[in-house]
Amino acid sequence: MAVKLPVYMDNHATTPVDPRVVEAMLPYFGVKFGNAASRNHAFGWIAEEAVEDARGQIAGLIGASPKEIIFTSGATESDNLAIKGVAEMFREKGNHIITQAIEHKAVLDTCKRLEKYGYEVTYLPVERDGRVNLDDLRKAITPKTILLSIMYANNEIGVINPIAEIGKIAKERGVFFHVDGVQAVGKVPVDVQRDNIDLLAISAHKIYGPKGVGALYVRRRNPRVQISAIIDGGGHERGMRSGTLNVPGIVGLGKACEICREEMAGEAARLGKLRDKLKDGLLAKLDEVYINGSMEHRLPNNLNMSFAYVEGESLLMGINDVAVSSGSACTSATLEPSYVLKALGVGEDLAHTSIRFGLGRFNTEEEVDYVTERVAQVVKKLRELSPLYEMAKEGVDLSKMKWTAA
Amino acid sequence: MSYSDKVVDHYNNPRNVGSLPKDDPNVGTGLVGAPECGDVMKLQMRINPETQVIEEAKFKTFGCGSAIASSSLATEWVKGKTVSEAMAIKNTDIVKELSLPPVKIHCSVLAEDAIKAALGDWKKKHGVETEAQASAAHQ
Repeated sequence: MAVKLPVYMDNHATTPVDPRVVEAMLPYFGVKFGNAASRNHAFGWIAEEAVEDARGQIAGLIGASPKEIIFTSGATESDNLAIKGVAEMFREKGNHIITQAIEHKAVLDTCKRLEKYGYEVTYLPVERDGRVNLDDLRKAITPKTILLSIMYANNEIGVINPIAEIGKIAKERGVFFHVDGVQAVGKVPVDVQRDNIDLLAISAHKIYGPKGVGALYVRRRNPRVQISAIIDGGGHERGMRSGTLNVPGIVGLGKACEICREEMAGEAARLGKLRDKLKDGLLAKLDEVYINGSMEHRLPNNLNMSFAYVEGESLLMGINDVAVSSGSACTSATLEPSYVLKALGVGEDLAHTSIRFGLGRFNTEEEVDYVTERVAQVVKKLRELSPLYEMAKEGVDLSKMKWTAA
Repeated sequence: MSYSDKVVDHYNNPRNVGSLPKDDPNVGTGLVGAPECGDVMKLQMRINPETQVIEEAKFKTFGCGSAIASSSLATEWVKGKTVSEAMAIKNTDIVKELSLPPVKIHCSVLAEDAIKAALGDWKKKHGVETEAQASAAHQ
């Protein structure tokens, strides 16, 4: 079967909206367009009902109750609301926040801003496999600690943290536990009760829903988590997030969650098989390929590999009919290679050669075969062009070379 | 970010890829950049000691498409030039020819450095100590 090009394999960045989600959303643009806050006519009631249904669908996916779901513009806002909201509400109790080095920027930059306002933040290092060390975490908690923010699964390497264990520690020590669940929710079973999660950020567009909508789970009992709002206005979402609700988007997020709940088990198994086929294929065709992060504790749809001696952006340029992303500096605005890989202890030389593959619901086995062939072919071509590969093959120890900094 | 047609052409059909024997007295080798920075260029030239004309040039580059294109272009440009003519190649000429965006200017700087390093190596082999210092500081 011919593969339709280009192939999209960057599903950690975003996902296409599932046609079933689009269909569910459509009536809420033109026909059922009411404001969910309009309490005095049918237009409003219909919109409100749709929003409440969506709350239920989302809660159902993560083991929460519908009242614990707050709608936002996306997971960046959810992370901001959770962290800043707890920080402000519990300022009297303490000013210490614990997070880890490989969080998404939505968490890291929020914490950095709080540091400017007098909060103290501990950025825990991670192990070589990309997971947080539980002893480090236990030791970092002080009487001043009010919040622990650790992601469920990392967006670059797909490594899944021991969230249930962390949740247990947080509960024992009386510290609120916020989890950026963007990459994990809908992909692997997430349960806020089992995992003792107090706040959980969710995004629609990573789970085949629309962009511009997300949610924050805020625990209501055992313990009840109170947060300060960061957006003031009409007092929507029980005062935690003002602003007219994005009803079509919310309907889409709800439907996306419902589909994930129904299909997750089968889909995770299918993606895991495809991912392993991709990994095994590349390892068989190429030498000096390194997997970044734990394979054992990993999202089924993620693969992050370094192709030694081949710079990531040049590899992307060669496979221009395949959409993946690279941890190379040249692909980022900062000219720094991936801070995530750096935190794992991956050398900067290898970080520059890394590629992230993100498989998704609409990828096929034929696409995996195609991508395997293309990547192997371009890596081989670029290695012929690489002075480093040549030197390594001649037995030169590249780490002992004196390089001239550019 | 999209690449200029010329960068794409050099990437797809790199000119003068390969290596020359670095111990050959008539071959100058320049190896610049660092793997940690994501760019390493190796530029080699075979120079006629009588005429000082660059008769052959080869490159290998680890780096992004613009770095590959800059070094590929450099080999094209130096071929047939004399040592002093090649010394006069500026990174800004490369930027112009390849329409490099601001974030890729360092690739052209590296290519200029590689030319100068290769010529410097050849001069050292031949005991010439002429303009090397003068032109070491590029713009």
